[in-house]
Amino acid sequence: MVIDDLNAIAEKEQAARKKTVIRCCMAAGCMSSSSDAVKKNLEQAVKDAGLENEVEVRGVGCMKLCCEGPLVGVDPKGALYEKVTPEDARELIGTLKGGKTKLKQGDLNAPFFKKQLSIVLANSGEIDPERIEAYIAAEGYQALHHVLREMTPKEVVEAMVKSGLRGRGGAGFPTGIKWGTVAKTQSPQKYVICNADEGDPGAFMDRSVLESDPHSVLEGMAIAAYAVGANQGFIYVRAEYPLAIKRLQNAIKQAKALGLLGSGIFESPFNFSIDIRIGAGAFVCGEETALMASVEGKRGVPRPRPPFPAESGLFGCPTLLNNVETFANVPPIYRKGAEWFAGIGTEKSKGTKVFALAGKINNTGLIEVPMGTTMRQIVEEMGGGAPDGRKIKAVQTGGPSGGCIPSQHLDTPVDYESLGKLGSIMGSGGMIVMDDSTKMVDVARFFMDFCMDESCGKCVPCRTGTVQMLHLLEKILERKATARDLAKLEELCDMVKNTSLCGLGQTAPNPTLSTLRFFRNEYEELLQPDQFGPQGNGEAKKSEPAKK
Amino acid sequence: MLPTLLHDKQKRAAAVMEHASGDKRFKILEAHMKKHQYRHDALIEILHKAQELFGFLDDDLLLFVAYRLKLPASRVYGVATFYHFFTLKPQGKHTCVVCLGTACYVKGSNKVLAAVEEKAKIKAGETTPDNQVSLLTARCIGACGIAPAVVYDGVVTPRQTPETAIEHMKGWISNGH
Repeated sequence: MVIDDLNAIAEKEQAARKKTVIRCCMAAGCMSSSSDAVKKNLEQAVKDAGLENEVEVRGVGCMKLCCEGPLVGVDPKGALYEKVTPEDARELIGTLKGGKTKLKQGDLNAPFFKKQLSIVLANSGEIDPERIEAYIAAEGYQALHHVLREMTPKEVVEAMVKSGLRGRGGAGFPTGIKWGTVAKTQSPQKYVICNADEGDPGAFMDRSVLESDPHSVLEGMAIAAYAVGANQGFIYVRAEYPLAIKRLQNAIKQAKALGLLGSGIFESPFNFSIDIRIGAGAFVCGEETALMASVEGKRGVPRPRPPFPAESGLFGCPTLLNNVETFANVPPIYRKGAEWFAGIGTEKSKGTKVFALAGKINNTGLIEVPMGTTMRQIVEEMGGGAPDGRKIKAVQTGGPSGGCIPSQHLDTPVDYESLGKLGSIMGSGGMIVMDDSTKMVDVARFFMDFCMDESCGKCVPCRTGTVQMLHLLEKILERKATARDLAKLEELCDMVKNTSLCGLGQTAPNPTLSTLRFFRNEYEELLQPDQFGPQGNGEAKKSEPAKK
Repeated sequence: MLPTLLHDKQKRAAAVMEHASGDKRFKILEAHMKKHQYRHDALIEILHKAQELFGFLDDDLLLFVAYRLKLPASRVYGVATFYHFFTLKPQGKHTCVVCLGTACYVKGSNKVLAAVEEKAKIKAGETTPDNQVSLLTARCIGACGIAPAVVYDGVVTPRQTPETAIEHMKGWISNGH
């Protein structure tokens, strides 16, 4: 495979393009509302209408507005039909010949679409994720060629540093520095791992990226491998995402067949192959050291760092570990230049972020916005506010490791630092909107239950601390707790946060702490008067004799 | 599993192997191990395959995997029990997985679960006595856009309510209990 072959594939694909393209969403959300049957009927209807030479029915990835699925888009007319059923197919095709339809049409000029800036999701909803040719026609694998043939690994790392990309898995560690550290470590064997163990409940960005544009992740991994000097990659995917696994397997097979993975890629001395490892349902495996243990076929328990994976990771070799979205950002950075990427977003957080908007909100789905967009713009303008005329009470970001941001702080810009200041984290990008009917103590209990269940049991603070915190929260909810219990809960939160081994334990108290910070009154309303002291002012705790 | 193992290790090994020799599924599993070159790091992949073939992982099956991969039985058992995805008990004919992710939870999936639990007269994680229905919960199946979601026999079904869930389960639950 040389660049001419790549261009030839792209040209052939473009030449074969038909006048009208009907895009039918084939991502997991719409598939569960039988979009595959919609697609089949659309194809049949096109055939019956004798339009095969003019109209292409294309299965594409996520078209973002998941709540209105199955979605069908018609180009170049620019129509987006919502909640299409298989029976509607004939009527929909009829519109191509001037027929009328009562089908619900989405407004593509609505803020939900207009405010988006697509880098990671640029191909999502546009190309067929099951055909490598479609990705190549959309400038796919051009960046890999450019990097392999025209740049040294050092230059690749430097460009990544310049772009200012930060890890999209949640913590926001600068990607360029991570790459540089792995590149500097001397070792005959290095690995690249893609973390696709999207365990945060309420987050589905990585699933959508893998289902809608798997090749962008593969290309990003190959570029990263070249930069750090690795020749073997692993993608660790959750078993809960069967469609994403299927599409990845298919993508790897196709890339291998074209020589875009394997040995001597683009006739350079660079070799790289990728294997898939399927997770088995453990939230803690999203933590990097636990993930590597799981790839090695062991129990997914974390280990203390240092040594960091960049020095000693998978099978004791230097390992680069990035999130799906981080890898998906890589090809556009090298295609359009690091300066272009650095020009988007805020001073410290560059580029865009994909969020999964869900919960009590009118428009649920995927959005990609530049860093620095305010929460209010996201939930009120793009998301359309809470349904049934209710008011938004809080927005939960970062899943069980994050916090609840109350409505008075909705004007906070979305970037790593601003969210951190509010006691939450950017997280992987789940954004759950809660309306005024949601009880915050119950939310805190929900997340604590999650963390307790998912704690791997290796370190004591997390193993026993989460259980005790859950008991205290349950006691509060049962209206049996006193002010002393609340004080005990806060003390425990602090202890677990500071003494746990890995990220799971260190962040497990976050939802409780942030709801305590902003919705303390809801906790206090549930407290009972303390029979040993004056009620509710915490005095009793001081007068209580020490138990030990 | 452990007490039986300690009893008579040699005898047990022979029994497991003999049990395995008559079953075609063990041959498929063996082929799968070969594909992975009996590598220790492929243990999770192999357990996935085993569960796919047998529906659940019983002691003999785990011992078979341990002997074949030349791993201690404790390691195989440890991995199988660590991950939520593996089940050591037989599952019912039908499965109903209620998603309890945050998005589904704030939209009322706990009420759906409660309704199903009451209808099937089992708790989450259990199987009905007649082995018809297994009721499970999931931490998030990534279908938050269509919350609350329930997976009936592997089919993700959007926007469930207690009523629709019970309607769906009707054919599965016999009237006997």
